[in-house]
Amino acid sequence: MLLIHCPYCDETLPELEFTYGGEAHIARPENPADKTDDEWRDFLFIRTNVKGPHFERWRHAHGCGRFFNAVRDTVSDRFLTTYKAGEPRPDLAVLLEDAAKKEPSK
Amino acid sequence: MTAHIDLSKAGILAESSAVRVALLPPVARFSLRAATPEQKALSKALGVTLPAKIGQCGRKGDIEIICLGPDEWTIIAPEDQAGTINDVCAAIYAKTPHSLTEISDREVTVHITGPKASDLITIGCPRDLDQLPVGEARRTVFDGVTTVLWRDGEQDYRLDLWRSFAPHVIALLETGCAELAGE
Ligand SMILES: [Zn+2]
Repeated sequence: MLLIHCPYCDETLPELEFTYGGEAHIARPENPADKTDDEWRDFLFIRTNVKGPHFERWRHAHGCGRFFNAVRDTVSDRFLTTYKAGEPRPDLAVLLEDAAKKEPSK
Repeated sequence: MTAHIDLSKAGILAESSAVRVALLPPVARFSLRAATPEQKALSKALGVTLPAKIGQCGRKGDIEIICLGPDEWTIIAPEDQAGTINDVCAAIYAKTPHSLTEISDREVTVHITGPKASDLITIGCPRDLDQLPVGEARRTVFDGVTTVLWRDGEQDYRLDLWRSFAPHVIALLETGCAELAGE
């Protein structure tokens, strides 16, 4: 089971308390009526689907109830960080550097 | 398997040498939502400081307040104090906007004690109970059901269950109670 750090509860907790919420940082258009069909399709359905570090939303459903964001490596399932909703997207290069430092030397 | 349990009668639900599971009498419950600037006035009106950290409990007399989220609390009190809680919050509503909803009947409380009380909780709750200090509580999950779990003592817990899920969870607790005694 994954262990996920909730930035609101400030605890690292079992995955069973959380629900996945799809890719993060996708802003809903201010005026959907102004969008073309293609732009609206892209907003609704087109995602980056990365192999590697993925910015995604989670919700602490059986806990504080809050949505928050996370960076999870889709290959290793490892969480690089979690942060509160509304906070800026963290710098991926810095996160990867920090993760490499924590990696035990071989 | 769902047990047919009379949730209107407080009393022992299951008992073994390992653990005792009992249904507690009804209490008044309120869900309180408020933003940071309003918390001071609400604490004053209620006579209990709203705990700021998720999972912490504040107590004064018979009133207990648990912080469940960044802007969410549950207030527990004896049934005869429900009116007072409503009134003191209503009195400051104009200057201190908040949401107070009575949810007394939504849940029932199960009391779990005995030498293997913690073991019984682990049959449905994936939390590391060593990280839950005595005197605190958490909203968590028990076999897929959202619950609030209080740790009142080393082997002394309260579990708040939404009424409609209670028969399912209580049936599991009854099974676990017997199983743990046979270990
Ligand atoms: Zn949380």
